[in-house]
Amino acid sequence: MSKADAALAILWVGATFYALFGGADFGGGFWDLVAGGAERGQRPRDTIQRSLTPVWEANHVWLIFVLVVLWTAFPSAFSAIFTTLYVPIALAALGIVLRGAGFAFRKSIVGLQGRRAMGATFAISSLLTPFFMGTVVGAIAAGNVPPNGNGDAFSTWLAPLPLLIGAMFVASGAYLAAVFLVGDARRADDEEMERYFERRALGIAVIAGAFAIAGLVALHGEARYVFDRLTSQGLPLVVLSLLCGAALFTVLLRGGRRPLRPLAAGAVVAVIWGWGVAQFPYLLPTSLRIDQAAAPDPTMTTIFVVFAAAVFVLPSLALLYTLTQRDLLESEH
Amino acid sequence: MFPLDPLPLAASASNLLAAREQMAFTLGFHIVLSCLGVALPAAILVANYIGLKKGDEAAIELAKRWSKAMALTFAVGAVTGTVLSFEFGLLWPHFMDRFGAAFGVAFAIEGIFFFIEAIFLAIYIYGWKRLSGWAHFWSGVPMVITGIGGAFSVVAANSWMNQPQGFSLDGAGQVADVEPLKVLLNPATAYEVPHMILAAYMVTGFLVASIYAVGMLKGRRDRLHRLGLLIPLTIGLVATPIQLYVGDTAARSVADDQPAKFAAMECIQESGTHQTEYLGGICTADGVKGAIGIPDLDSFLVGFSADTHVTGLNDIPEDERPPANTLLHLAFDTMVGIGSGLLALGIWTAVVWWKRRDIPRTPWFLRIVAVTGAASVLALWCGWIVTEVGRQPWIVNGYMRTSEAVTDADGIWFSFGLVLALYAALGTIAVLVLRSMSRRWREQGTEDVQSPYAPQREETA
Repeated sequence: MSKADAALAILWVGATFYALFGGADFGGGFWDLVAGGAERGQRPRDTIQRSLTPVWEANHVWLIFVLVVLWTAFPSAFSAIFTTLYVPIALAALGIVLRGAGFAFRKSIVGLQGRRAMGATFAISSLLTPFFMGTVVGAIAAGNVPPNGNGDAFSTWLAPLPLLIGAMFVASGAYLAAVFLVGDARRADDEEMERYFERRALGIAVIAGAFAIAGLVALHGEARYVFDRLTSQGLPLVVLSLLCGAALFTVLLRGGRRPLRPLAAGAVVAVIWGWGVAQFPYLLPTSLRIDQAAAPDPTMTTIFVVFAAAVFVLPSLALLYTLTQRDLLESEH
Repeated sequence: MFPLDPLPLAASASNLLAAREQMAFTLGFHIVLSCLGVALPAAILVANYIGLKKGDEAAIELAKRWSKAMALTFAVGAVTGTVLSFEFGLLWPHFMDRFGAAFGVAFAIEGIFFFIEAIFLAIYIYGWKRLSGWAHFWSGVPMVITGIGGAFSVVAANSWMNQPQGFSLDGAGQVADVEPLKVLLNPATAYEVPHMILAAYMVTGFLVASIYAVGMLKGRRDRLHRLGLLIPLTIGLVATPIQLYVGDTAARSVADDQPAKFAAMECIQESGTHQTEYLGGICTADGVKGAIGIPDLDSFLVGFSADTHVTGLNDIPEDERPPANTLLHLAFDTMVGIGSGLLALGIWTAVVWWKRRDIPRTPWFLRIVAVTGAASVLALWCGWIVTEVGRQPWIVNGYMRTSEAVTDADGIWFSFGLVLALYAALGTIAVLVLRSMSRRWREQGTEDVQSPYAPQREETA
């Protein structure tokens, strides 16, 4: 494994964490959006707010991590992606601003009208970011980003595959969120909310599955290189994802109290790494290889050193999650 | 140096201005929140410490209130900071393409610090009720350390743009080799980093103090308001003299290392010894108009002797001179003027406190403190104008022009307009929410309303 490959693996680890935790936070916004009127939606919104409040900023940092590693380790790929896909990227950034600000303001603002406005901002923008990030990923996979950048501002991502991947990102986030929220409701011994999110997890699982199948068809048409590798070298990971998804679905249907989160996480992580395997050895299939885009060796070494320093982050993060899960932190401070 | 790309198209010139305006505006907005992110934890912990050590309820109450305000400003700061990361790619893709490999690692380090800060901030802010007093206090300490670490890394990246080193270029102008430590510890890091960290402590101290000064002027003179004024004001006033020393050192280093920036900010048109120090005025090629000139002082400040030679703009090639000479000069003077005023305020406060253990009794003291918040933010912006506009036309001093770095994408004016509207709304709502929080605390204490759409107030009303 070359230094560039290792740096890419680090990038992928960051992307995985962001997809899992950041994705679930955006999914929480999705469930907030569809929770109904102020009265009917009050309890699910409470549950969502409680589990999101202490963790979303820390979860958001994984995105910064991904951006930084990308521009440091693979500057030409970063530049190619940003000069081509600046429209969806800017819209994703808009979603990030509105989501974060809307959520923070809703907690502190007085008066139902203001809260509704902020809440709607938070919930709607929670769809924007994962959708447009999905279109970025789809456009990259489809090979629509020229290695020198400045690709077409619209046709590169306004195509079936990018749009489907965008929809799949939204659905996967909602899926993760629903499963995580089932766990939170169980811990709070809130049976009503447990059933509420179980039903929604089942529903969104079907939708996410449908998007995934449609995505595979589109992949076959628009991203042949990625499709071929995904169904050969990447196949074990695809199968793993399917197994996790199916197992989770069965557990939910039977209504047992088995742990759900590892299965949901497994289903999503396997797809992310499956995509990684499928793109290898390209950053931009099939025009820019990893080694062509790689920064000089000393830069890569520094990234490894900094990543190793992240061992200080993981215990802190574990502490935060543990305190949250044991209800030692409260969203209503 | 490698040949420059010919990019003098009308579209890209217009893009350049729009991109620079958008970057300046979003950075100016974010930098105020960053100051709070760096230094507010320290102010909170001081109040928390006093509260725990002396069993002082008012101090604990202050720490609680400030930590709630920080929850809000940190959230807005996290998203406006993310916007800046995106803007590196959206506005300056060619800069990142060519130099990301060299200076990008600074941001990776910053990422780690910010990560840890976000984690402990969450633990501290949401741990008030269920964590025990001292355990809770200590959970806040990493915020202070990581805030300083984060400021170091980001400002080191900016310093590198002013004093680039630690890399070599290949024939195509791409980074071929990197020495990360040399990148991080470039000559400008030595003064830019402490200058910015002290600025963060000053801005935070004076901003918070000014809020309580306004409250005291309205007749709220309880212990809470006195402490709420004294703790942050002390932080700001203690940081001020150190800041003036660091700033003075910084200006001398800029004179040596970035002569074009220094000449522009001091309005020096002709190189030579016995340079006059101009206060205020309008810079023209024929000299400074309408300024107060102090003969020889500029040379003296640069080298402690009137015989010190200082480079003027006439020795800088015309296409390498910073634009907006007068703006730079006035920004620099404003920053120094505000800093000096704050130093005078500190001396006055210290003398009165030494005599009778109290703040000056005249309402003018509170009136002055009430404007120090806005003044220190203005000084902060002026400082960044000097640093950034003063480096133009370069984005990487001597290596890459800002015009080469800017995106070729369409619609930057449109995105700038959108950002203006968005941030105006963001800033307005943030201030309104903070004000309504403070009103609520005064009326009902610090217990928050409960669920998203069912505030208890509405239910019981």
